[in-house]
Amino acid sequence: MTALFAILFYAATAVLAVGLAFKVVQYARTPAPLKIPTTPAPVTTGGVVLRMLREVVLFESLFKSNKWIWLFGYMFHGALLLAMMRHLRYFIHPVWDWVVLVQPFGLYAGFAMLAGLGALWFRRIFVQRIRYISGPSDHLMLVLLIGITASGLAMSYVSRTDIVALKQFMLGLMRFNWQPLPAEPILMAHLGMVIALMIVFPFSKLLHAPGLFFSPTRNQVDNAREKRHLAPWAAKLEAGGE
Amino acid sequence: MGDYKIPELGEYAEIPPVCEGAMSHSHPYVAAPEHQEALGFPGELVEDWHGKAIGRLGELLDQTRSLRVYLDSCVRCGACTDKCHYFLGTGDPKNMPVARQDLLRKVYRRHFTALGKFPLTRWLVGAEDLTEEVLDDWYSYFHQCSQCRRCSVYCPYGIDTAEISMAARDIMDHIGKGQKYCNEIIAKVHKIGNNLGLPGPALENTLEGLEEDIEEETGVKVRLPLDEKGADILLVTPSADFFAEPHVDGLIGYAKVFHQAGASWTISSYASEAANFAMFIGSYEQMREVALRIRKAALDLGVKRLVFGECGHAWRVAYGFLNTLAGPWDFLDPNYPVPQHICEYTWDLIEKGQLKFDKSANDHMTLTFHDSCNIARATRMGDKPGGQFEIPRNIIKAVCNNFVDMAEDTIREGTYCCGGGGGLLTDDLMELRVKGAKPRMEALTQVVKNDGVTHMAAICAICKSQFSKVMPEYGIGMDRIVSVHQLVSDAIVLDGQVTGEETDKLGGDAAPQTEE
Ligand code: HEM
Ligand code: SF4
Ligand code: SF4
Repeated sequence: MTALFAILFYAATAVLAVGLAFKVVQYARTPAPLKIPTTPAPVTTGGVVLRMLREVVLFESLFKSNKWIWLFGYMFHGALLLAMMRHLRYFIHPVWDWVVLVQPFGLYAGFAMLAGLGALWFRRIFVQRIRYISGPSDHLMLVLLIGITASGLAMSYVSRTDIVALKQFMLGLMRFNWQPLPAEPILMAHLGMVIALMIVFPFSKLLHAPGLFFSPTRNQVDNAREKRHLAPWAAKLEAGGE
Repeated sequence: MGDYKIPELGEYAEIPPVCEGAMSHSHPYVAAPEHQEALGFPGELVEDWHGKAIGRLGELLDQTRSLRVYLDSCVRCGACTDKCHYFLGTGDPKNMPVARQDLLRKVYRRHFTALGKFPLTRWLVGAEDLTEEVLDDWYSYFHQCSQCRRCSVYCPYGIDTAEISMAARDIMDHIGKGQKYCNEIIAKVHKIGNNLGLPGPALENTLEGLEEDIEEETGVKVRLPLDEKGADILLVTPSADFFAEPHVDGLIGYAKVFHQAGASWTISSYASEAANFAMFIGSYEQMREVALRIRKAALDLGVKRLVFGECGHAWRVAYGFLNTLAGPWDFLDPNYPVPQHICEYTWDLIEKGQLKFDKSANDHMTLTFHDSCNIARATRMGDKPGGQFEIPRNIIKAVCNNFVDMAEDTIREGTYCCGGGGGLLTDDLMELRVKGAKPRMEALTQVVKNDGVTHMAAICAICKSQFSKVMPEYGIGMDRIVSVHQLVSDAIVLDGQVTGEETDKLGGDAAPQTEE
């Protein structure tokens, strides 16, 4: 079991890192031929950084759009962030002070995450329009995340896991000095689903996370009149055509 | 066509129930071979259309970051599902922006993503082959998107369905299934210089006629010069301004403003069109070719400035793309933005106190303003973000006493499309146009009832044509849509102008009212 999970973790990490890097490089290399910021847009780079920050930190456009989706989505993502911060303690030694501070919040975050995901799924099933646009992968993604969260909470509240041994396993993975993984079914389910999530990340709609930063309607400065914008392929067209 | 129900107007925020296939019968006429070939596209559906379509999609993915990122990023959160006026007006779920995108996305997934290529996971991610039915769906529903970008404002990642529609139309052009309305018009521009195919001499006649009209009305010789070498300003305006109502009243307004400012200006017969329909079909090359006419006209006439008339998507191409497509414009006067919008030009003069108005000339109207989608969400006026909302309103308020805005979420960046943008302003899409206008008609009806609004002003040739056609379907007179510069024209007091009652010539300082 230890060896299996160790190998899966290495593989999943590699897929996630290489897959994401590939996508980010692909996005960065694909030229944006025209200036298409959704206006009113900032007229300076500093303004664009702020706009982007508001999108990432506050989900500004979603807030304008739909308060319910915003609330549930924000609950889920905020809780996800806290939970991930809480999980850092399994990967670092000694544990940083702020990670210690975050621990209790991280725990409650689990419930918030479950509630947020549950509400999003509810909408997906019961709101006619959203049911229409949902495919199997959209439901499965929520099932997977609910599974991860529920199994995580189960280990905190139902049958506690040997955290010390788990940490040894994780640190062992990182130091290439494998230590035994506690043979508990809930833990294995939890880790198995996390591995699945890591692997599908670069192949699924989870690409919205890097995608947002490359969205031309959000990341372009509104200065088309002041500064000439020309994609490399368009420059070639110009050179050949005139 | 003709056999459909005019939607009943309700509260503008109402979301209709999903009604599958409600608009699947709607498609515009397919371009004839001669219209296709004039743009260098195959005349009819090519033999290997499937392979060619996938090939073209691949090229576009490599050339266009928006397409690539947007096809990957949608999480199906549903935030955009109630934002499109065509969905609100028809209830057809494929008119929900995300569902419209999915028509292309499923083919993208099938051919360009790992999970979509792999047979066992294909169903999971909704990957599908480009079958004949899917192609029909493309033709139908990518011609039910006016590329208005309302969805892009509300999407958490700014996913712009217009970008997807443009790409899809470009692919269809490349396999020989283009749209008649757009492609026929673009071919006319390449050949003659404007969408109407109005040749130079006819244009000259029209402009002379307008000069006579103005002189008759005001007693002042206001010129509308054509092809005048050495003029300072080249005015590029949508060709509808030359004859359509209420467009032409706007053109008269520009002429009066130029006259009163003492500006030397001209129209070009070679570039007698501000509209650039090539944007609607998503073709960079075609769009560039149309834009280069303006560059050539500016060089040939030796002008120093470029000013654009009232037109929505034309202002998008002018403001956002002209520098890219036909720049650099370093041969023009660097003291002015290139190009300038006629509203920027007029507002600047008003701010400087150089125009005099008799606001009471517009007292028989209570105005509201329709923000045209391309201007609102894809451009700017002035040097501050949001100037595109404030400057036209400021002009209206400077020339009219009665102005009321429509509900906040139906104007400015949240404005509803008129229903006829994006290359859909054609009689073969009348049902779609009427239904798509519903949200705007609801917001308008509300201020008509509550605030006594009598007229709606706009600064877009397509909006004006669309409204004068569809408003009667909703029981609103076609003359209720006016040009912003028509209001300016009615209120402006020209030096030496003869007013209605007085036969004496008024001196400038004796003008009834002066607006700063
Ligand atoms: C830059 C970081 C991120 C930003 C700005 C972001 C933003 C958003 C937004 C605005 C939504 C739409 C609202 C909603 O349905 O919740 C969303 C959906 C979603 N996000 Fe993220 N996200 C980020 C990272 C992540 C990560 C790391 C995950 C990984 C687990 C994730 C998983 C999801 C899922 C599964 C959905 C769809 C929820 C549903 O089915 O309704 N996100 N994200
Ligand atoms: S709002 Fe954006 S992410 Fe959400 S469903 Fe619509 S296109 Fe997709
Ligand atoms: S761009 Fe406008 S017309 Fe097209 S899907 Fe979006 S909201 Fe609808």
